[in-house]
Amino acid sequence: MKLTGAEIIWECLQKEGVDVVFGYPGGAILPTYDAMTKYPKIHHVLVRHEQGATHMADGYARASGKVGVAIATSGPGATNMVTGIATAMMDSSPIVCITGQVGSKAIGTDAFQETDVTGVTLPITKHNYLVTKPGDIARAIREAFYIAKSGRPGPVLVDITKDAQQMTAEFDWEAAAPRLPGYRPSYHAPASEFARAAELINSAKRPLILAGQGILKSGTTAEVLKLAKSAGIPITTTLLGIGAIPASSEFNLGMMGMHGEAWVNQAIQQADLLIALGMRFDDRVTGNLKTYALNAKKIHVDIDPTEINKNVPVDVALIGDLREVLELIQPQVKKAEHAEWWATINASRGDAAVRDIQSLPDSGHLYAAHVINDLWRLTQKRDTIVVTDVGQHQMWEAQYFRHEKPRSLITSGGLGTMGFALPAAIGAKFACPDKDVWVVVGDGGFQMTSCELATCEQEGIKVNVAIINNSFLGMVRQWQEFFYDKRYAATPMTGPDFVKLAEAYRLKGLRCNKRSDVKSTVAQTLAAKETVVIDFVVEKEDTVFPMVPAGADLDKMIRRPKQDVMLESGSDKDWEMPSSPLPNVFAEAKAEATVLNGRGKAAKSAKKPARKAAKPARR
Amino acid sequence: MAKHTLIAYVEDVPGVLNRIASLFRRRNFNIDSLTVGRTEQPGVSRLTVVVEATEAGARIVEANLYKLVNVLRVDDLTHKPSLFRELGLVKVKVTAQTRSQVLELTEVFRARVVDVDEATLVIEVTGTPEKIGKFEMVMRPYGIVEIVRTGAVAMARGHELMSAAPPLVPTAPVADHHHDSGLSMSV
Ligand SMILES: Cc1cc2nc3c(=O)[nH]c(=O)nc-3n(C[C@H](O)[C@H](O)[C@H](O)COP(=O)(O)OP(=O)(O)OC[C@H]3O[C@@H](n4cnc5c(N)ncnc54)[C@H](O)[C@@H]3O)c2cc1C
Ligand SMILES: Cc1ncc(C[n+]2csc(CCOP(=O)(O)OP(=O)(O)O)c2C)c(N)n1
Ligand SMILES: [Mg+2]
Repeated sequence: MKLTGAEIIWECLQKEGVDVVFGYPGGAILPTYDAMTKYPKIHHVLVRHEQGATHMADGYARASGKVGVAIATSGPGATNMVTGIATAMMDSSPIVCITGQVGSKAIGTDAFQETDVTGVTLPITKHNYLVTKPGDIARAIREAFYIAKSGRPGPVLVDITKDAQQMTAEFDWEAAAPRLPGYRPSYHAPASEFARAAELINSAKRPLILAGQGILKSGTTAEVLKLAKSAGIPITTTLLGIGAIPASSEFNLGMMGMHGEAWVNQAIQQADLLIALGMRFDDRVTGNLKTYALNAKKIHVDIDPTEINKNVPVDVALIGDLREVLELIQPQVKKAEHAEWWATINASRGDAAVRDIQSLPDSGHLYAAHVINDLWRLTQKRDTIVVTDVGQHQMWEAQYFRHEKPRSLITSGGLGTMGFALPAAIGAKFACPDKDVWVVVGDGGFQMTSCELATCEQEGIKVNVAIINNSFLGMVRQWQEFFYDKRYAATPMTGPDFVKLAEAYRLKGLRCNKRSDVKSTVAQTLAAKETVVIDFVVEKEDTVFPMVPAGADLDKMIRRPKQDVMLESGSDKDWEMPSSPLPNVFAEAKAEATVLNGRGKAAKSAKKPARKAAKPARR
Repeated sequence: MAKHTLIAYVEDVPGVLNRIASLFRRRNFNIDSLTVGRTEQPGVSRLTVVVEATEAGARIVEANLYKLVNVLRVDDLTHKPSLFRELGLVKVKVTAQTRSQVLELTEVFRARVVDVDEATLVIEVTGTPEKIGKFEMVMRPYGIVEIVRTGAVAMARGHELMSAAPPLVPTAPVADHHHDSGLSMSV
């Protein structure tokens, strides 16, 4: 069958089972858009910015486990995709990006809207293609899908010249089967390694499972829980591993790392065996590598050999798909309880009282953590996907929204891309139209991609946007608070009237600035048919606790003051600090703790002298 | 840190060198030299990469090379009985007084003169990278006008097909691959 290159693109997408693509037209991709009208089975979502298209494809992929597809024109269209591609690469999200390229004869001439897109995206794609002949399109697209979803998933870009889209070629799907002699999506660890791993597990006294996104990718929630239950091993998750283990499971201790639970990080430092399942020891997870889990032997299960010994040297590496590895290791694992180890962990878990924000009196202020925790309480009976942006609200979501199901949290972890949430949520909604999709986003990040509200309106889809509006680039402000002597350079931020903004897009806007209104606001939002934007006006200078400063030892966390800062009235209780000698940053933070405890409007005047007093301590 | 010599067989497709170079820059690996050439297998090119790395670092370089879709196989010849060769062309200043000394040294190094004029000699020297470095050193006092080195190429010794190029066999999508050297990365 002879078809144009453009038709071949759509034929291939159809054969790959694609039902929706996210894109934006332009000159070099026009032939493909023109041919689109012949393929009504594939729904095209017109985005407002190509970055949005890539995040939507990413959100679609993360929510469904299928490959997401984004389309853009050459030059600026393609370069606008860069952030979204890098985001997908860091978090191993399977997306295929199709970009138009100038005519093959014009390549290299600095033709209008010519950019070397395969060059630009080379280090941020799993693989990419430049296709200049219509006869090569089918193979490139088939290989792109196969590479994107197999092994450790990731983004693949196919750049197709305009003439290749226009000219015709024989379309033969079978003949275009992937031919990838050098591609190794998976490995199988030798039996001897399994024996060594089992021996370590069976002889451990204080084992701990580090659960990562690999569990979601391989769909092994049940298998990991089985391992934990049979050998009495507590589990902690990474940010991207949230949802892989139900929050309500007694085995789930919570999140590890920079903003993880204090008892989890302590447990990591005390453990004698870490079993890392599909996680990659990110620096936000390990803190100072020199002091990371020195008491523990390490077993690392990962599908990607380059992750082994990259950050943390391991004792046993089981390279392969997590499902296969767990199936092979389970029969070799002996029953155990580890009662003593659990007792140790549970003792430090006593902190939980401090962490439970629900036990704090309502001071009249609205706090982000309250909003998020309430949101969880009010939606927990519904099937909900939360998509978060990047910043303080992202961490509070991770701490206070209890995720029970895999793929119920979608967030940009590795790249930390502000502006990710709204477009990714649109993608997630297309993947799971029957679920509620909530966006939890900061006032800063929302303003980066808020244009996609128009996409929601045009598509008639409903996502629920909770803006945690603190009038600050809050996470950066927090770093300035701790490490830059509270010099708030370029972090106070204004924004539009978000309610009116929503209305301008013919959507619903709501504002909430009282704790007592959260419930009715959420109810109104769920009742509305259209996309709703809620402006949650929260406390401006609130802080995410606990926190391991970047590069500090994992168990030396800046802790939430005993009397929570959320109280309006000041407290003279000191911060809970690690007992070991403090690096300077802690001394400074400590000196400021008293002031922080009295934060809020009334405390403003007290800040200045305290800051001065803190300075000598620093030098 | 030591020098590691890796052989990578890659599909001979556009952009493949770019991918390798980009990988080394991206992962902050130190390339000492990199050479490329055709092999006995059609469509397969052979790269010799010399990197400055620890033993663990070399394993990471190897794993990263394998991760590139166009890389067919990687061999680390560092600890295998192998031949390492490089070619250098050295243009040296000579005078009536020094010419015979330079020729004598050329003889000692089993190098050969490939061009002569009244003021210079061009000498071709082959051997291990160390030997070429030595030759450069002894020529320096006479005045080196220009020098060019190819970078090292390497081949395993013996009849076992240690470092022969793999054929370009297309693999079925679902088939998994065994890869012997990278499998046991435990320490
Ligand atoms: C503001 C901010 C703060 C953050 N704070 C924290 C924090 O406190 N704690 C925290 O944990 N993170 C935090 N992060 C996120 C952090 O940067 C990383 O993104 C995260 O830790 C990575 O989690 P991961 O290793 O589970 O997932 P990934 O980075 O996705 O790694 C998954 C691993 O699993 C492997 N894998 C994939 N599929 C399979 C399979 N089928 N079988 C086996 N292996 C497989 C992959 O090869 C990869 O190595 C923060 C991010 C931001 C933006
Ligand atoms: C695209 C991008 N630019 C800059 C940053 C650095 N950054 C990380 S968090 C943050 C502040 C986010 O502010 P906001 O969206 O209001 O969320 P908040 O922290 O206040 O909850 C910034 C600027 C980033 N992660 N991404
Ligand atoms: Mg903010």
